[in-house]
This record gives sequence, C-alpha cells and structure tokens, in this order.
Amino acid sequence: MTDLNTSDLKRLALHDLHVALGGKMVPFAGYEMPVQYPAGVMSEHLHTRTAAGLFDVSHMGQVILRPTGDMAALVAAFEALMPVDVAGLAEGRQRYGLFTNETGGISDDLMFANRGDHLFVVVNAACKEADVAHMQAHLSAVATVEHITDRALLALQGPRAEAALAAWVPGVTEMRFMDVRVFDTLYGPMWVSRSGYTGEDGFEISVPEAGAEDLARSLLAVNGVMPIGLGARDSLRLEAGLCLYGHDIDTTTTPVEAGLTWAIQKVRRTGGARAGGFPGADRILRELTEGPERLRVGLLPQTRAPMREGTQLFDQGGTPLGEVTSGGFGPSVQAPVAMGYVAASHATPGTLLEGEVRGKRLPVTVAPLPFHPTTYKR
Amino acid sequence: MKYTKEHEWMRVEGDLVVVGITEHAATQLGDVVFVELPETETMVAEGDEVCVIESVKAASDILAPLDGEIVEVNTKLVDKPALVNEDPTGEAWFFKMKIDDLSALDDYMDEDEYADFIG
Repeated sequence: MTDLNTSDLKRLALHDLHVALGGKMVPFAGYEMPVQYPAGVMSEHLHTRTAAGLFDVSHMGQVILRPTGDMAALVAAFEALMPVDVAGLAEGRQRYGLFTNETGGISDDLMFANRGDHLFVVVNAACKEADVAHMQAHLSAVATVEHITDRALLALQGPRAEAALAAWVPGVTEMRFMDVRVFDTLYGPMWVSRSGYTGEDGFEISVPEAGAEDLARSLLAVNGVMPIGLGARDSLRLEAGLCLYGHDIDTTTTPVEAGLTWAIQKVRRTGGARAGGFPGADRILRELTEGPERLRVGLLPQTRAPMREGTQLFDQGGTPLGEVTSGGFGPSVQAPVAMGYVAASHATPGTLLEGEVRGKRLPVTVAPLPFHPTTYKR
Repeated sequence: MKYTKEHEWMRVEGDLVVVGITEHAATQLGDVVFVELPETETMVAEGDEVCVIESVKAASDILAPLDGEIVEVNTKLVDKPALVNEDPTGEAWFFKMKIDDLSALDDYMDEDEYADFIG
C-alpha cells in the first residue's frame, strides 16, 4: 500500500467540522476530503434521496469572468471555447458547458451562470488551474479572470433541501431548476444556484469561508439534513447518469460520443445562427450529423457482481466493444449500475453484452440513463 | 478465535476451520453488496484468493488462511451480502476448510494480539 503524504494536501475551510462529524478523510484532487461519515455510503446515499444531504464541494473551482468592456464581447469570446449557447442564456440563469479541444475532446465540463454584469463559472477541482489558465489565455482581451479562493461551496440536495435552506434563506423557494440568485445573509453574500450533481432537487451554495461553518452547522441543525461524503456523491451521480470528468468524459471523448448533445444548442449546430466557431467544431458537428462511432451508454449488469471502471465489454460473439468508465452498486436501484462506451452499433437500450469481471464474461444489458428518475424543480 | 494480518478470523469447529472477516475489516470495507464464494471440494493453498467481496466502495479478496480443502460455503451471503456488516463474526462466515493439522493455527494472532495489531 502506498503511503500518502497528507502534508501535501490542501485542507478545506470546513476541515475541522468534517473531522468533528466523524468524516473519514481521504486525498482527492489535491485535498483532504470526507469520503464518508459514520452513517456510511449506503445510508448517506439513501438519505439524500429521501430527505436532504449536505456536501462540501469547496475543492471545485469558482471563477468570475468580469468584462473589461462590453459584456457581449466576453460572451462571444466565451462561446468560442464551447459548443454551447452562451449569448442566449438569460440573466439569473445557469447552464451546463464543456470546454473542447482541437480534436473535439472535452478538456473539462462546467456550470456557468449569467449574473448580469459578469459570468460565474464552476469547474472541476482537478482541472481548475488548467481551466483558469485556459480562460486567461483566451479571454484576457475582453475580461478579467478572477479565481475565487476565499469562498466555500456547499451542495444541499434531496427532497427536503428546499425547506432546509429556506429556513435560513426564505427567498430560495422562488427559484426553479438552474436559476441563480445572490442573497445577503448573516453568513455573508450567498451565491445560490438551484442545481446539483445527484439527480435530486437541490442547491449549490457559494458562501464566504468566514461564514461557511456557521452555514453548514445551521443546515445540519435542520431536521432531515445529514452530511454526505464523496462516496455517496459518486453513487448518486452515477444513478442520475451524470458524467464524472476524467472517467466518463476526458480529452479523448467528444460531447457527441458522451451523449451530451443536449448541451449543444441548435444555434451552435450546423445551420444555426452561430454554428461552429469552437475548438473541435469540425469533428463535433460532423458527429452530430453522421453519428459517432461509439457512444456512452448506461449498463445494467445482469448478475450481482458490480462492473467497475475498466471492465472490458464484448458482444456475445466475443468481439471487443468498449469498456466501463464508471460502475458500482446503486443503493437506490438496489443493483449494480455502470456507464461506459460501446460501439454505436451496440448502443441501443436492451442490447445484451458481456463484461469481463475477474476473467469471467458476465451478461450486462445496455440501459437508458438515468437509472434513477431525476426530481429537478422545473 | 485466531486472526490473520489480512483481517480474517478462524474458528475451529470439530475437525474444520471456519473462516470469516473481522468486524474491523467489515467496517473498513463499508456496506458489502456482493460476495463471490469458492466452489466446495476445492483444494487451496495458503494465500490463494478464494472469495471476492465488494462493498459500495471497492472490491477486495479473501485469501485462504491455510492449506486445505474448502468443504462448505455460506451461500446465505450471496443473497444477503449485508450480513457481512451485520454479523461479521457470527452468521456471516464465508467458508469451512478441512486441514491436515490444526496446529497450523498456532502461528496466528489471538484476540489480544489482533486487537494490538489493529491498534
């Protein structure tokens, strides 16, 4: 076993709270993060689906893009990095985005919000330094790129999230899925979006580090709110069919292969008013028209054995088709669930494949995503 | 009861050795969701991977603690893997082995030594 040198790891503003709550701290994306609390991954997962879970996701990158001149110039420059409609995003709304590279691969996925006179962007922890550099390189003529490092980011997810947050910030009840609002609170200025990474209704809350522990304790004091670690965060997002960057999507997978075509609005596609003009457009637009060679699919193993990341997939004749990129046990599904890439010819739900687990070929069926229905408040 | 450094326990039952994983191991693994048992009437050598156990977090192996023959397996675990968390040292035994010489167990930790081992 490798000895991990924890001294190289950064600590979250809520580190002491996690330890006090019994969190088991593990290295993740350069941080010491709680992978689970004493309740355990299974209970934490199920609790989030039936009540509310509080996640510390402060390791993620928070960035403000503030135009130095015209907001429209920033919007246009930001659109040039993504196959996504930025100009059409109304003030007070958030959208899913993807930075692409010249070969059509994904260099990160992100959330961006239109906050009137600036954009607010949330990127993955492992990519944040590269993303900030990428944005500085391409946006500095039209905007300042401010990497926000003095704010925590909490996610409150589940059917009781709204009531729990409204106990302290009543205005959140007026928000619907993908709305963003700023609230002045006793914890400091709070930047709230109605979104998350679990498939449940809920919120992501950016709060000054100085107020973060008070906010977390206030939320945990509400009946039904429990702290949730990275373990359940992963099983929740897997059941919701959401991609994990570096696993289900990376620089070698295109948005079309990844089944993320819903994130590419019409206006950026062939025939649209602002078609193309993003890195990798040739390949991505071609794949949109002609279809990709492989596709990310949901996979339901037909035995009880989970098929983990890296499990090789074959057709019933033994021809290699692809591999699992995320897989484990779905506590709400009560069965193993997985996602992976297979040849487009074998991507139709219901197709029976085989996955190799410890040298044995076991049956697995292509399944629609998500595995667990989402409950966003539209 | 005797213990291995791999966090397995062994209990003598007549001329057989019953094998399972310790409470400490079950806690470390987290919620167990899948158990794969060996075939009975299989000859195994000490250190052979004989069972697979998967929790919500990861897969791990259970090693044969001794040379011998697997004579019985606990099929209840296949249908109810959560037993491993509920009663690791009781109902959730994994397999029973027939070994030539029970004195081979003497080399393993007793309860106090194991308690020291896991700190």
